[in-house]
Formats: sequence, C-alpha cells, structure tokens
Amino acid sequence: MSYLRITDLSVQLGHGPRLLRGVSLSVEVGQVHALVGESGAGKSMIGKAVLGILPRAARVVAGSIELDGVDLLQLPPAERRRRIGAHCALIPQDPLTALNPSRRIGGQITDRLVDILGWTRARANARALEILSEVQIEAPERVLRCYPHELSGGMRQRVLIASAFAAEPKLIVADEPTTALDVTVQKQILTLIAQLQARHGTAILFVTHDLGVVSKVSSALSVLYGGLVVEQGAMRDFFAGPRHAYARALLAATPSYTNPDAGLFPVPEAVRELVRGEVTASDRRWDYA
Amino acid sequence: MADARGQKRRAGLRLWLPALWLGALVLAALLAPWIAPKDPLAQDLFLGRLPPFWAVGAEPGYYLGTDSLGRDVLSRILHGARIALVVALVAGTLTCLIGASLGLLAGFLRGWTDLVISRLIDIWMAFPPVLFSILLIAVLGPGLDSIIIAIVVIDWTRFARVVRAEAMAQGAMDYVASAQVAGRGRISTMLVEILPNVLPTIVVLLTLEMGIAVIVEAILSFVNLSISTDDPTWGGMIAEGRTSIHQAWWVIVFPLITLFLTVLSFSQLGEGLKDRFDPVLR
Repeated sequence: MSYLRITDLSVQLGHGPRLLRGVSLSVEVGQVHALVGESGAGKSMIGKAVLGILPRAARVVAGSIELDGVDLLQLPPAERRRRIGAHCALIPQDPLTALNPSRRIGGQITDRLVDILGWTRARANARALEILSEVQIEAPERVLRCYPHELSGGMRQRVLIASAFAAEPKLIVADEPTTALDVTVQKQILTLIAQLQARHGTAILFVTHDLGVVSKVSSALSVLYGGLVVEQGAMRDFFAGPRHAYARALLAATPSYTNPDAGLFPVPEAVRELVRGEVTASDRRWDYA
Repeated sequence: MADARGQKRRAGLRLWLPALWLGALVLAALLAPWIAPKDPLAQDLFLGRLPPFWAVGAEPGYYLGTDSLGRDVLSRILHGARIALVVALVAGTLTCLIGASLGLLAGFLRGWTDLVISRLIDIWMAFPPVLFSILLIAVLGPGLDSIIIAIVVIDWTRFARVVRAEAMAQGAMDYVASAQVAGRGRISTMLVEILPNVLPTIVVLLTLEMGIAVIVEAILSFVNLSISTDDPTWGGMIAEGRTSIHQAWWVIVFPLITLFLTVLSFSQLGEGLKDRFDPVLR
C-alpha cells in the first residue's frame, strides 16, 4: 500500500520553463525511495512540492500529491499545513543553515510536538531527550540548552535527524542530507538514518546525486533528467541492469569502492542528446494539451 | 586565548563607555532644574562672554562661561539635553517601529506587499532629506512634535531598506523551510524565526538613528526651525555661538563637544550591543 502517491506532477517557474514534467511515483509505507539525478534535474523540487515549500516563483500547474489517500493540493492551506506538520518531516541539506541560530536546540525540536500534536511542554521535552539519545548524542540535556553554533556540523545533522523523527512522522523527505558533510561523517549519518528508518518504519523520499549513498539504504529509485523520470523501479533491478541509456550512463559514472581502478565514465554526449530530446518531446505534448 | 580576552574587553569598553556618557546625560536631563548652577534663560549683560573657569577673567559659578547675553553655557547644555534626548528616544523609537515593521513585512512576505513597500521606499528616497524636513516643519509649524514627525517621516526608509534585505536573506535559510514543514504559519514564522535574527541589526540601526535624530534636531535648531528660541537647544546654542566665535569660542565649542560625544556614544553603543546580542559572538 503506498503512503505517498504522486501522479503526473508538473511544476512551472512563473510562466517560464517547467521544472517537473509530469512526474509520477509512489512510496510504500516504510519504504525508502531514492530520487537520483544531476543538479537541476528537479529531484529536490519533488520533495519541496510534497512538503509545500516550493520556492516563491514556482507553482504546481498539474498533477496530484496524495498523502495517505488525500490529495494535499486540494486541501485548504491551513489544513494542508497541519496535515504535513503532523505526518511529514524534512531532513535538510545544510546543517549550518537548517537550525535557527538565535534559538536554543530544545525549542526547535519541541515546537512541532507542542504546536501541531498538542503535547504538553514536559512531554515534548521528555520526547526530545529520548530522541536525542537515540541519535547517539551524549548529554542530551546539555544539547537541548545549546545554541546551534555551539555544536559541530555532524552534531547539528544528528539534531536535525532527531528533530525529523521526533514526531514519529510517516514520511520524511531527506534532501541530500549527507552532501554538506565530510566523508567520514557522511557514513555515520547515513547509517544512523538507515537505523532509525528501520526502527520506526518511516517512509523516506531520499534525494541525492550520489548513487553510492542510496544503494545501501533504499529499495526503490527514480532517475530524473530535466524534470522527467527516465527510469523507475526496484533498486535491485536497477543495479542488475538499468533499462534507460541515461540510467546506464549514470551508473557507469559512479565510482566503485570495490574496484577503484575501473575508471569513471562521464555521461556521453549522445545519451544527453537522447534525454534532451525526450524532455523537448514532453514539452511539446504539454503545449498541445 | 589572551587575544580573544583582549578583544572581549575592548568590546566591553565599547558598550560601557557610551552607556556611561548617555547615562550621565539622561541624569542631567532629568535633574537639570536642580543641578544646573544657574537659570539657563537668565540674562545679565554685565556678565556677557565670560570665559570658562580656568581662564583669566572667569566668574565663580559660571563653569563653562557665558554667551553674549550673559546666559550660563553649562546650564544651557544641561537643559538642552532634555530636548535632545526626548527627540532621540521618541523619534528614534517611532522611526524604528514603523520602518522595521514595513521592512520585515516586505522582506518576508514578498509578493505585492514587497512591491508596494519597495516602490514607496524608492519614491521616498528621491526627496532631498534636508529640504523635505524644512518643508515639513514649515507646513507643521515649529515645535517638538513637528521635529519628531519630520524625522520619522523622512528616516523610516533607512530601517525599511536594511531590515527588508536582512529578512529576505533569513527567509531563504533552511530553518525557515523546516519551521514551515513543522506547521508554523507565515506570521508566526516571521515573528518567532525571522525577527530574532534581524533584531541585532535593528538595535544597531536604532542607536544610529537616535544619534541622527540628535543631529537633525541640532540642524533644525541651527536654521531656527526647531523649538521656540526660549528653550535652550544644542543646535540653537551652536547657531548663536557662531556669531561670536572669534570673541567667545566656548559658546560654540562646548555644545559641539557635547553633541559630538552624544552622537558617537549612540553609534558605539549600537556596535557594542550587536556584539552582545549576536549568539555566535556571545
């Protein structure tokens, strides 16, 4: 049963180009779905559209986003915000700007529990302590009273992960959560997300440009190019044999840990030409529609 | 380590020295009728242009000398502090409230709110400020409230522009997106998430504005557009002292020094407070 079902979603920048061109995908309950693609492919836009935090100039022009069978786009704004707040969370990319520098960590974790779920302060604080120790933060009582600048980058990302899982959301959008971290911390954070995901049975929409990162944690993926899904399916099948030429090229461009001398192959121009053709074709269909 | 401590001490001085001067000034303004050695309005033509206490020919009791009408300079400076500080506090605060609110709304809500406020700022800034203030006073008539209104009307754009830019920068941060995902409404996001991060900037601007208000009041007094000439103001004293600068320098120099120290104190206080406020530097 799918918890999140996106159907034919198109997002346009003002009256300019489309950032998403009829994207459809579904995420099962407790499943990790990876969104892969190069910069500008629109992978982050999908997550932002789901959470209702698209940039000001961008708007959804077609399609539906069903969360647990309810189309978010049809809901009045307040109801949508409440529903997203209660069931979804975000693990943002840059831990340095994702915490409010002038507020203590505690309030930033408990706000949602108090405002949306209606918990008491005491209960929310207890939950914050619990979830902070779950992400292996020592002395969580002290961290709750800290300002973000008093913590290291890795610590802040742990806090953000804790904050995302605190309200037991059904769906988390992880927007390149390891990109801003150095490699040694990346691995820890990734393992941590995988652990918490498994323990809490949370569905995750995992946005990344690094196939190596998602291969370990996710069971399904969508490959995007120019706002178009060019390949979609189970992770196993993808690694066994990607069907689309671009997906094959992307896989060949991923460095291998087991065979570091295999060399890296940039996406060939012919393949780029091919996907660009598909993008143009989809726009032509869109213009006629 | 030692260097950091030295820096901290300097930052402390930056906060405490101006605070000391301004505190003394507030006391002087509050207690002027009791601590001023003479009546600031009493004229005595026999005691005109007395030099300050250390010079030859000084009269006891007239510590900073007298002006050409024989009025005590020190007493007039103390009484002048009242108007200067009222203008600084009231005009500064009102300008800050109006300008910062509009800037915050424009910078965070964007859209047509921003469009309207930004165009308003553009139009406002096209007026030459000095001419604009003289025009305003001419229309409103001289008086304390006219000066305050003129400062607020002219200077709100200073706050609006800076706060707008700052709010826009903060609004693009990930923590704002996180707060919205967590169900926070727009106005609540603006007040709880954005405002505390813009506050240090607002405080610095506010103290600067207080200094500017003191200067504007002095300028308007200088061109005789301020309060009725009976009430001593620093600007008025400077204007009167100008005519006798060769015979009695102290009439213009002491109010000038007071004005200078006050404006400097306001701006340095702002910088000191910013360091104190900033959670990263704290």
